[in-house]
Amino acid sequence: MRSKSFSIADLVRKQIFIPIAALLLLALFNLIADPSFYKISFGYNSAGNPVLTGYLMTILDYGSEVAILAIGMTLVTAASGGQDISVGAAIAIAGSVILRVLVGRGGSGPMQRPVILAFLVAVLVAMIFGAFNGVLVAWFRIQPMVATLILYTAGRSIAAWINNNELPIVTDESFTYFGGFIPGIPIPTPFFIVIICGILIFCALKFTNLRLYTQAVGINESSSRLNGLNPEFIKFLSFVILGVCVAVVALIKVSRISTINYSVIAKDIEMDAILAVALGGNALGGGKFNMTASILGAYVIQFLTTTLYKFNVSADALPAYKAVVIIALVVLSAPTVREKISSLTKKSRPAVKGVS
Amino acid sequence: MKEKSVLEMRGIYKSFPGVRALQDVDFTLCEGEVHALMGENGAGKSTLIKVLTGVYEKDGGEIFIKGMDQAAVIRSPQDAQRLGISTVYQEITLCPNLSVAENMYIGRGSGQTQNWKKMNADANKILRALDIPAEATQQLSTCSIAIQQMVAIARAVDMDCKVLILDEPTSSLDDNEVAKLFGLMRDLRKRGVGIIFVTHFLDQVYEICDKITVLRDGKLVGEYVIEDLPRVQLVSKMLGKELDDMSDIKSEAQEYHGPGANSYVFEASGLQSNAGIKPFDFYIKRGEVNGFTGLLGSGRSECVRAIFGADRVIGGTVRKDGKEVKIKAPIDAMKQGIAYLPEDRKIDGIIGDLSVRDNIILAAQVLKGFFKPFSKAEAEKFADEYIKLLEVKTASADTPIKSLSGGNQQKVILGRWLLTHPDYLILDEPTRGIDVGTKIEIQKLVLKLASEGMSVTFISSETDEMLRTCSRLVVMRDRKVVGELSGDELTQNMIMSTIAGGETDNA
Amino acid sequence: MDNIKKKLKNMSDTNLLLTITIVVFFIMYLGAIIFQGAGWLKAQALFNILNAQAALIITSCGMSLVMITGGIDISVGGVVALVSMCCAVYLDHPDNPDAADGNVFIAFLIAILIGLAFGVVQGYLVAYLDIQPFIISLAGMFFARGMTTIVHTNPFNVENEAFKALKNTRINIPGLGSVNKKGKYVPAYIEIGVVVALLIVILLYVALKWMKVGRNFYAVGGNKQSALMLGINVKQTKFLAHLLCSLLAGIGGFVYFLHVGSGSASHASGMEMNAIASSIIGGTMLTGGVGNIIGTLFGVLSLSTIQNIVSSAGLDQAWWTGITVAAMLCVFLVVQSVIMARKAKA
Repeated sequence: MRSKSFSIADLVRKQIFIPIAALLLLALFNLIADPSFYKISFGYNSAGNPVLTGYLMTILDYGSEVAILAIGMTLVTAASGGQDISVGAAIAIAGSVILRVLVGRGGSGPMQRPVILAFLVAVLVAMIFGAFNGVLVAWFRIQPMVATLILYTAGRSIAAWINNNELPIVTDESFTYFGGFIPGIPIPTPFFIVIICGILIFCALKFTNLRLYTQAVGINESSSRLNGLNPEFIKFLSFVILGVCVAVVALIKVSRISTINYSVIAKDIEMDAILAVALGGNALGGGKFNMTASILGAYVIQFLTTTLYKFNVSADALPAYKAVVIIALVVLSAPTVREKISSLTKKSRPAVKGVS
Repeated sequence: MKEKSVLEMRGIYKSFPGVRALQDVDFTLCEGEVHALMGENGAGKSTLIKVLTGVYEKDGGEIFIKGMDQAAVIRSPQDAQRLGISTVYQEITLCPNLSVAENMYIGRGSGQTQNWKKMNADANKILRALDIPAEATQQLSTCSIAIQQMVAIARAVDMDCKVLILDEPTSSLDDNEVAKLFGLMRDLRKRGVGIIFVTHFLDQVYEICDKITVLRDGKLVGEYVIEDLPRVQLVSKMLGKELDDMSDIKSEAQEYHGPGANSYVFEASGLQSNAGIKPFDFYIKRGEVNGFTGLLGSGRSECVRAIFGADRVIGGTVRKDGKEVKIKAPIDAMKQGIAYLPEDRKIDGIIGDLSVRDNIILAAQVLKGFFKPFSKAEAEKFADEYIKLLEVKTASADTPIKSLSGGNQQKVILGRWLLTHPDYLILDEPTRGIDVGTKIEIQKLVLKLASEGMSVTFISSETDEMLRTCSRLVVMRDRKVVGELSGDELTQNMIMSTIAGGETDNA
Repeated sequence: MDNIKKKLKNMSDTNLLLTITIVVFFIMYLGAIIFQGAGWLKAQALFNILNAQAALIITSCGMSLVMITGGIDISVGGVVALVSMCCAVYLDHPDNPDAADGNVFIAFLIAILIGLAFGVVQGYLVAYLDIQPFIISLAGMFFARGMTTIVHTNPFNVENEAFKALKNTRINIPGLGSVNKKGKYVPAYIEIGVVVALLIVILLYVALKWMKVGRNFYAVGGNKQSALMLGINVKQTKFLAHLLCSLLAGIGGFVYFLHVGSGSASHASGMEMNAIASSIIGGTMLTGGVGNIIGTLFGVLSLSTIQNIVSSAGLDQAWWTGITVAAMLCVFLVVQSVIMARKAKA
């Protein structure tokens, strides 16, 4: 009996327990409230492609955007102990760049250049803006949230400026594949993009020392320096990697609607990305991180969102419910609260240690 | 409660995860006495004081204050202040962004409003009386550390206190300032204030204190009247063993006679960093153990940090194995086969949340390169090897290092650097805050490594440790190298007089 | 010259940054007068900025308080929107036109109560449970924004007579008016919100400078651990800062409502970031312990002045404002960071 309770306690202590428990709770809730939530139906979309539809597909589709950002945000959080609030604005910039390269300023019509070129240019631009944030944080030692406030303020304006405030429209069908479906494959493409990003980051974590270095810098910068690391560069690097993630999400985002809306695209997505990191049980003060938990956290958020939509909560009212969930989560995981709970459970047990 | 006592602590217990910091400690302070609280680092002095001042809550025991019928409840520093206990901590606990006067008056006194004119006038009066060269309106961060410490003392003194706690206040003060402080303490003693004085300087204890309470490993060793406890006995009480127990480890070790025995492994000339040390020359031979000695703040740590590139080097040349090299950052030094165990384990050494294994492999991993991580098996092998070699007491290699005791953390850091197989190892206070047994183990290890051909620079605040391990000592004063001792010159007296300065020839 | 240097060196960080802010503001304003003509000379030019930004001044003051203690509160924009919506619904009952109109005074009480409620919850969670203020106030922002749409979805104008009278109240400032093209004298005026904002600025300035509570804010922001050792109740101080910030957001919300006269879920969007930006430009540092309410006032004024300059320079495409504000923020942040680094070395 004792050993069993210990193993459960071990599980609870594992970081990944938080998003998994949240996911299970939500799943259970939906199962009881309305099992039709899990229904997946097969059909054809307007272009005549076979597609799977259903709430679970929506979660896979839209959760993917936040999941990709969560990868970069986890690294930034771990290395710098702060968060990047400019990702939404940066997505607007990268999306604007993609359209500009594809159809030119203010133009509309078929693509004039290959998507891959547009994407690579967007990656480059997003990396440069990531680098800008990284320089401010790493070398000027400005807190990440404040440093990224600059790009947060300017980003959407820069995005509008890139296309002279006009809204280019891509008419090619093939451009919609990235945010929709590839003909013949009934599963939304963003999910495959997440898998690719996931494989890339896990390879990076496995075959390089990214994890060790990032964690070391996040936990103890001064110590890391004395072990031969360059903490400034590691922080800088994390922001640049986030830049790449931003460009990927931008591609999905503009592909979904074949155009862009500068003030609305990816609005408040930074908050969801930060939340995904927090839901993954990662300390927002930096240090150790669990990438899988962050990615799961992103899907938990989408699961919650989709569940709320299903219950006819309007998109605008959604944040209120999200807020309640966040508060419940952070309060339960706050060290002081945990201590109190554990001291309560301790007191109920007979004292193990004698005083003498 | 005894009649004349102002403070009695009875059966105090306090433990932290993994450490029993205080076990059944009693402490009595009488009116008008200066009472030294002695013990090695980690003996529990600071914990006892923090329990008394409400920074930590005690797990058990009672505290009685004069003029109160019941045991006092001290849950926060405010409570302690209200009960007439004022404290000067070793580290500056003032707010750098406020003015000197504010730092002296904030958090006390009644009323809701701030009368700047009166406060500044009062503050200036005290500053003048104590001869502290600071202006009331100056922002604290513009003052030197010594002056900041004096301001903290002025604050504590100005409060109408029954108990004054001075927790190593003198480490950043010069002789003049110490003398001023002692004058102040004598005045307060006459007024009936009980003073608890924590210091590492034995001279100061015997100059000013009336009684001594000794702690060791979180337990009370005893309370003594100063006349009854000569220095040698005090030291052996603190260490828990007779001095000659440990005196002969040097003779056990053999000198290195292998290849290149007399070649210079590392040389520096005119080396200077931005940490404020004067340019210095330095060398070390293969298989040699030497050390930097001097008082706290004399610049000995800054010297080795300059060698390792931990502070920004602003001048001088260095040679490794006779070849001139550039060391701009720690990584450059590491590539040259130099390893550095830093002075402050918590701030510069451990990566607290990472496992013991990650902490051990970190430096070697960084040397190997970003794209070449050790395999899991390799990492486990290295970790197990050094855990075994250094007898690190840990539940497993996966345990976060922060939950280990100080001594074991230090062994892990030592293991980290040994894994890089350096040919020049710098140990800055490797024995600070760890138990006596581990201290001796580390010293023996140093001598063993040297006998195998490693060059070691060893720094310790405890001179006898240096004497036992080093064959040559570089003496520092006021951030300057002032002498070098070797052979027969290596005696306690000689070191003292060199540190004091000017008497080298007479001794 | 040496004298000035010495003075600069001995100046507290707070005063140094305040001086920079004020100097920059006046240079900017002077530049506007020289290059963009006499329109800027009219007192009303400045008053218009004040009228439009009274709410931002109030919320920024609250933000500065929290930032001085080393925290942050990004829920203020949401609270402003929620307050506007609640007051609007109470005063006008958009879904039930026959109901009697509400009382303006009670609407103000509602604003204060909403502010206090947010302050108590957020303050408790941040100060006593030691949770990161960013996350707590992020949740606060979500909650406020969501609640705003739950209270009422569509934007609408308030047609309450008493309220409209108050909204249109103009306080003429004698002697500062100007003569318009037709030769008619137009008095310079400010709105009631400006009076409230300036009163709050003065009150907070006095409290931060001459009240012990105010000094505790600086101590806690300067070094939490030291403040505790110096006998300051750190938790209580942090709680108070967050309480005041949300309360000011509540009052700011009412002033905002008074200025726009409508309820909408998209009101005050991004206001939290403007408040943070104003505080930073005003010389408050996010690391805590440094800042000044007067600086915050000038921060808001600088921010709006640069926006007005940009738009009257003919660069009225939407993006120029965002970019100039960001550029200004960037310059201030870098300058602050460099000054602090140099001071630390000296």
